[in-house]
Amino acid sequence: MGLEIFNTFILLLLVVAAVTSLWVKDLLVSAVVFGVYSFLMCLLWAEMGAVDVAFTEATVGAGISTVVLVATVFHLRRKSND
Amino acid sequence: MKLFSLIPVLAIGALLLWAGQDFPKWGDLASPASKSSVSSHFIAKTGVDTEVPNMVTAVLADYRGFDTMFETVVVFIAGTAVIAILRGSSIGRPRRKDHEVEAEPDLIVTNTVRLIVPVIQIFAFYVLAHGHVSPGGGFQGGVLMGASFILIALSWDLEKAMARFPIERCLFVAAMGIVLYGGIGLLSMLLGGEFLDYAELEKIFPVSRGMARYYAILGVEIGVGFTVASIMFVLYANLASEGRLKEGL
Amino acid sequence: MDGGSLVSELLIERLNYCIYVILLLIGLWAMLAKRNLVKKLIGMSIFQTAIILFYVSIAVKKDATIPIYLAEHDPHGSHAQESADQNTTGNQESSQGPVALQPETVKGYANPLPHVLMLTAIVVGVATLGLALALTQRIYQGYGTIEEDELLDKLDRADERASVSPLIREKRNEQRREANQRARARAAGGLVAKGKQKAQPKRTSPRSSVDEEKPEPKK
Repeated sequence: MGLEIFNTFILLLLVVAAVTSLWVKDLLVSAVVFGVYSFLMCLLWAEMGAVDVAFTEATVGAGISTVVLVATVFHLRRKSND
Repeated sequence: MKLFSLIPVLAIGALLLWAGQDFPKWGDLASPASKSSVSSHFIAKTGVDTEVPNMVTAVLADYRGFDTMFETVVVFIAGTAVIAILRGSSIGRPRRKDHEVEAEPDLIVTNTVRLIVPVIQIFAFYVLAHGHVSPGGGFQGGVLMGASFILIALSWDLEKAMARFPIERCLFVAAMGIVLYGGIGLLSMLLGGEFLDYAELEKIFPVSRGMARYYAILGVEIGVGFTVASIMFVLYANLASEGRLKEGL
Repeated sequence: MDGGSLVSELLIERLNYCIYVILLLIGLWAMLAKRNLVKKLIGMSIFQTAIILFYVSIAVKKDATIPIYLAEHDPHGSHAQESADQNTTGNQESSQGPVALQPETVKGYANPLPHVLMLTAIVVGVATLGLALALTQRIYQGYGTIEEDELLDKLDRADERASVSPLIREKRNEQRREANQRARARAAGGLVAKGKQKAQPKRTSPRSSVDEEKPEPKK
């Protein structure tokens, strides 16, 4: 039961993080919130027993893709119109 | 436009939710994916065939070796494409924006990174080599190795990292990773098996058929790790400097 | 099946699948409706992770452990060592090495196949994300914006200029030549009232075309 509550909680947080990263007008915030989304996803996968996938997501999704997004946003205009 | 694009989105959503009733129950043992003979074969026979305790690593590098090999090629192609797109694109553009100032690398940050980077690299090798018995393998180890160079580039500047790992060497190492992967496949072909049929390597190494596959998986993972590590660094170096390959962020 | 039980079926028993569908729709909507290219790419990544989440969740088995052999099934674990020792002391069963698992024990491990498929998908996903971001940077260098509507405006304007300018340039050159000739004639002193009347409408036309064209780049 505890695991199910944990599962549901993470799933709802995932939706919140996804909506937030698309909602905010600042692209840097958007990139960082997307990193949060990736870490939540990694947590969920570890809970589902997919340890290898979780490890990959923690290094690739939350690490490299956030860094690459931030590096790109640095050279673009930070503000987004929508 | 926004309202208009909601129509297909909601239509697809309604269809997917309607189909959702037919999904197997959560954790159902009789669901099609779990019942299939392929996955139960992998679970039952991995220990016999390859002697690798981590089934994911064995399936990744052995049973589905072709898949992983060409995924690695895709990563390599993406890296070279990024270089090709951004090279020379920013000639004549101001190097820094108006509001930026030149600053020396911070003393505390650089000294901490100096301590951390060797630990990260050793951990990357550990993850790469220990992927047989614990979560890990070529992809994760390679990404960690690339991340250590990105950390150097972030805390000093890109030139310091490029001095250790220039772009030509990155591409060479990435190509070597694919050559190592394909070379092990070709070697097993020359020894009488099929492409990537590692068991044939027992003819030249003094090990059993299972252990030949065990060690060949390690070799293949090292190849994957080479490619992924260098391409991850190439991605960062190009994107952070707009293809200029110096200064960076 | 009536509506109530459908909703309860979806929300209570299959909440996970509902959330995957919602995440997928968020990603799809962002790709369609967001105008900022970086937002579009984040939407693409959300779409991708939703699909990966679905794949991983069909690999889940109830009361199953992670797809790494437990010590008693490990080909190199303590158990294997023990059986090898027993072999040397003359035990007839398990004559060599590890044995294939029984169907009962197979049920105790999660399905490794979707994990493998998705593991490579994540790494390839970040490589393609990097490629797309490189293209975005290039677009920004060329047009100074990554908003799709502004980008389309700029493209339209560039098209207009490219399609109109050769004609205008030719006409203007012709008119300038004529004007030069008239000016030379005037300077020579052979100015006649007849020529002046003719020249009047012609002289205004190049000016007006220049006036029309001038504000365009500033738009």
